[in-house]
Amino acid sequence: MSANAGADDGETPNGGDSPEQPRWRSDLQTLVGLLVATYVGFGLLGLFTGVRPNSIAGFLQTVTFFAGVFALLTLAVNLHWGYTGLFNIGVAGFMGVGVYTMAVLTAAPTASPAGFGLPTFVGVIGGTIAAGLVGVVIALPALRVRADYFAIITLGFSEIVRLGVTSGALRQIELGGRVYGTGGGGGIGYQPVSSVVPWALELPGVSAVGDGLYAAAAFLGLSASIVDRVLYALVIIGFVLLFYLLLERIAHSPFGRVLKAIREDETAARSLGKNTRRAKLTVFALGAALMGLAGILWIGSRSLATPSSFVPVVTFYIFVALIIGGSGSNTGSVVGAFVFAAFLWEGPRFVRTILRRSLDLASPPTVVDAVGHLAALNPLPLFGYVVDSLDVLRWVAIGVLLVVLMVRRPEGLYGARTDIAAATDLSVRPTRGDDDE
Amino acid sequence: MTMSEPAADKTDEASPAATEATISTPGDDPILAVESLQKRFGGITAVDGATFTVDRGSITGLIGPNGAGKSTTFNCITGVNTPDGGRVVFDGTDITGRSTDWIATRGLVRTFQIARELPAMTVLENMLLAPTDQRGESLWRSVLPGARDAVVDQEEQLRERAWETLEFFEIDHLAEEKAGTLSGGQRKLLELARALLTDPDLLLLDEPMAGVNPSLETKLLDRIHTLQDDGYSFLLVEHDMDLIMEHCERVIVLHQGAVLDAGDPAAVKANEDVIEAYLGGEV
Amino acid sequence: MNADGLAARFENPTAEELFGLALLLGVAVLCLDLVRRVATGELAAARLLGLIWNGLVDSLYIALAAVGLSMTYSILRFANFAHGDLLTTGAFSGWTVAYLIGGIGAADLGSRLLLDADGGAQAGDLGMDVLASPLAIVLGLIAAAVVTIAVSLAIDRLVYKRLRDADGITLLIASVGIALALRYLIAFVYTQEARGIVAAAPMWEPAWLPIGAINLHEATLVGSGLTLIVGVHLMLQYTKLGTSMRAMSDNRDLAQVTGISTERVITATWAIGGGLAGVAGYLIVLDQSQITINLGWFLLLLVFSAVILGGIGSIYGALAGSLIIGTTINISLIWIPADLGNVAAFTLMILVLVLKPDGLFGGVATT
Repeated sequence: MSANAGADDGETPNGGDSPEQPRWRSDLQTLVGLLVATYVGFGLLGLFTGVRPNSIAGFLQTVTFFAGVFALLTLAVNLHWGYTGLFNIGVAGFMGVGVYTMAVLTAAPTASPAGFGLPTFVGVIGGTIAAGLVGVVIALPALRVRADYFAIITLGFSEIVRLGVTSGALRQIELGGRVYGTGGGGGIGYQPVSSVVPWALELPGVSAVGDGLYAAAAFLGLSASIVDRVLYALVIIGFVLLFYLLLERIAHSPFGRVLKAIREDETAARSLGKNTRRAKLTVFALGAALMGLAGILWIGSRSLATPSSFVPVVTFYIFVALIIGGSGSNTGSVVGAFVFAAFLWEGPRFVRTILRRSLDLASPPTVVDAVGHLAALNPLPLFGYVVDSLDVLRWVAIGVLLVVLMVRRPEGLYGARTDIAAATDLSVRPTRGDDDE
Repeated sequence: MTMSEPAADKTDEASPAATEATISTPGDDPILAVESLQKRFGGITAVDGATFTVDRGSITGLIGPNGAGKSTTFNCITGVNTPDGGRVVFDGTDITGRSTDWIATRGLVRTFQIARELPAMTVLENMLLAPTDQRGESLWRSVLPGARDAVVDQEEQLRERAWETLEFFEIDHLAEEKAGTLSGGQRKLLELARALLTDPDLLLLDEPMAGVNPSLETKLLDRIHTLQDDGYSFLLVEHDMDLIMEHCERVIVLHQGAVLDAGDPAAVKANEDVIEAYLGGEV
Repeated sequence: MNADGLAARFENPTAEELFGLALLLGVAVLCLDLVRRVATGELAAARLLGLIWNGLVDSLYIALAAVGLSMTYSILRFANFAHGDLLTTGAFSGWTVAYLIGGIGAADLGSRLLLDADGGAQAGDLGMDVLASPLAIVLGLIAAAVVTIAVSLAIDRLVYKRLRDADGITLLIASVGIALALRYLIAFVYTQEARGIVAAAPMWEPAWLPIGAINLHEATLVGSGLTLIVGVHLMLQYTKLGTSMRAMSDNRDLAQVTGISTERVITATWAIGGGLAGVAGYLIVLDQSQITINLGWFLLLLVFSAVILGGIGSIYGALAGSLIIGTTINISLIWIPADLGNVAAFTLMILVLVLKPDGLFGGVATT
């Protein structure tokens, strides 16, 4: 983590350390506080409106899960865009490369389409490396062109990947008696990555803990599968922590300094002898690998990967989360991801469940029906239609939020921070000795 | 290596003294040789067969009326533009058309006429960017636990050099400000300080004193002479004729992309063709 | 020695030149193969002509969208990711009007308003084709243009006007927000179901035509499209507005100094770009019958590819780019399966950009 951890210099320029504690600690407090407040808030709301505990737990687990996977992706996008200024909107493509590689590596040889039947962790590592390599391949031509063309090239790549795996041409490839391939639009099946949790819980040393957890869950009215899902969400949180530490370390290093310089003025950086091309390739490949891994942890937790999971709009969800949190800040990435997951992604669905449960709402099939009732001074059908359409209205809200952020506060929640790119505290002056001049 | 130590790897020759009788012709050991340089932008020929040399360990001036091609020449030498013809030889190596960063790591660094500070980074961050051969600029060494300790050590050494340099340039009070908030003159100082921290062999300075107050200007020029004694070489573009006359041993005059005259400052100044060029006539 | 210098100097250009050579060689090989296939009869002349015709049709509606996008890029200096949803707006608004008028008596108001979201207004029953309901279709076209222009101008006043001095990426992101909001408002009203809303196209088969029948809906698209594009060309070359637009796309500050009213030109840009996009969306549905809220969004990358291929800042470049993209999608079907047509177009765009990083006809910086 930052070399400033524990620094008690209250005047550091490192974004406002308070005199008592370093910044990372206050960040953590804020995040934990936000988490707890949100969970408790939603939990109480659910209990008061009579939602079953299992459903509440399921909702909270889903929020945690999505907050986690969005955080992984947001951190990776922040590395590309917030730090280095590379506007990569092909994120979904790198996720797809990671997931499909993992799927092909781990699917059973007898499945259709077939795989190589390798263990899960091999698939995860293989998928991550594949995404990184593809990142290098894309970056080589893409980094030659100007910034907005670069964005379109990355989007083009993402669509090439998606259309490629959807295409009938790659759906089935005969090799040595087995039918490999991408499965086309139908997708490819494999052992879910999240199955590592129940597997781990059944290991000799750990099974006692596992049994205990299941028993406790049953006591609270929660199903066993909830336990599995919660534990998997914790695994993802663990990865979020790893990503965060890695990226903070990069940020506070000469390498990170070069990245920042590239974002600010690449020509100036080159005039000082910095090999910006190599730095951009390296960071692009790293970010791509992280996106592949994030995709694996997300989509890989299902048992089927289809091309529809990698449509371009997925990339834009991540950008919304990053912008809310503030591009350029790793803490902002995580906070933005949580806010997005809790209040924009899953929150509306929970609210809809509550509203449906509490109020007896009609479900008019079309908006015309619903509005028609307004003439008879009955607003409830329209309200019912709105509630039914919360999924759709959610997107309108997200769109409006993006616009408002760009007009009012483009730096998001944490983007205005000063984060010094150095491996040591730069504000420490050398003591004045006799070697001045 | 700090600026005050004698540079061990620089030439041991005594730097050419700026006396009248010597140096009106180029020396035998040019650190930079530009031959028949050509650069066109669409229909305009910005540099048209420029040929000149810069002596090792000298302070050479590059002058010429506006539009003469001085900045483009700098750009061609440093790889920002690729010349259409001709050749650039630096310290015995042909560097024509090579990339800017490669050239800079070889010891040829330039500053910009309009300072290119990195605005959202602090002055200190700007300075720390400059030194070459930073271990931490590799991703692996920055991240892996064992290697990172060496990186931190080097950072601390570089930090010391950065502060010293800032103090000399009298902008240490701005060290933790974002570079974008600096005034124009302060930015030029940062530009120069930063370039010096790359420990170059030849420094191309594009109007380094513009916007700098007179007392600091004197101090900087003194420093440039001291560095010259240590073996650094300078090629300066300046419009201030007095500065050129007083501090450069040799002057090259550029006009319409070609070298009009080169030699002793006094002689060049008296050259009628040069006077014509400045007054706008065709030569 | 000199050899080192030469080698060093040509290090990078050689890679590019080789690559360019390889690309040209590849295209040449494909052309030769094409000739071979036609000569040996492997590829029927009729099929080839059909592919070329489809290429032209696709090029046209991409071009109608690309002109507006290129104008926004060069005059407003950002990549407008909401442009696709302007096509969608035109499609939905125009066809709603067409249904309202053409379906009078054949289906109830609610179903018509919602473009058959509930199955109550089938295109066939309403006679939604260009020969059976010409008036409805023409009025729909006009409505598509008018509504999309209104929406474009409203968005500019509400959002982009406040961001006049923002950088390209900020505007791009804002446009993504607008795209989402617009698209899902349409979904809120019309539902997300994809459906066919145009009746089968009437065909015209005069005896003297060599290539069989002409699809009248396609013909309408081609005719309207070409007319509008010629109109744009005439406007750009022969009107004061056109000259102002070209000046502004070249150098906004200079244009302002010479007295061109930048706000008026910006208004005109949105009006023309929006109108063309709305018409494009409407005509696409006329040709393909399918309408969905993602109509424009799915096309957007192709349109961007066309604009970038041609080089930002050049509207004629955008037209050329559209032609190349449209043709590539279709001609490539000779060699690759149908569902990879778009892949061929995107790959071509990336390859050309690698060679000519500013597009075929030069560029304008937005960042």
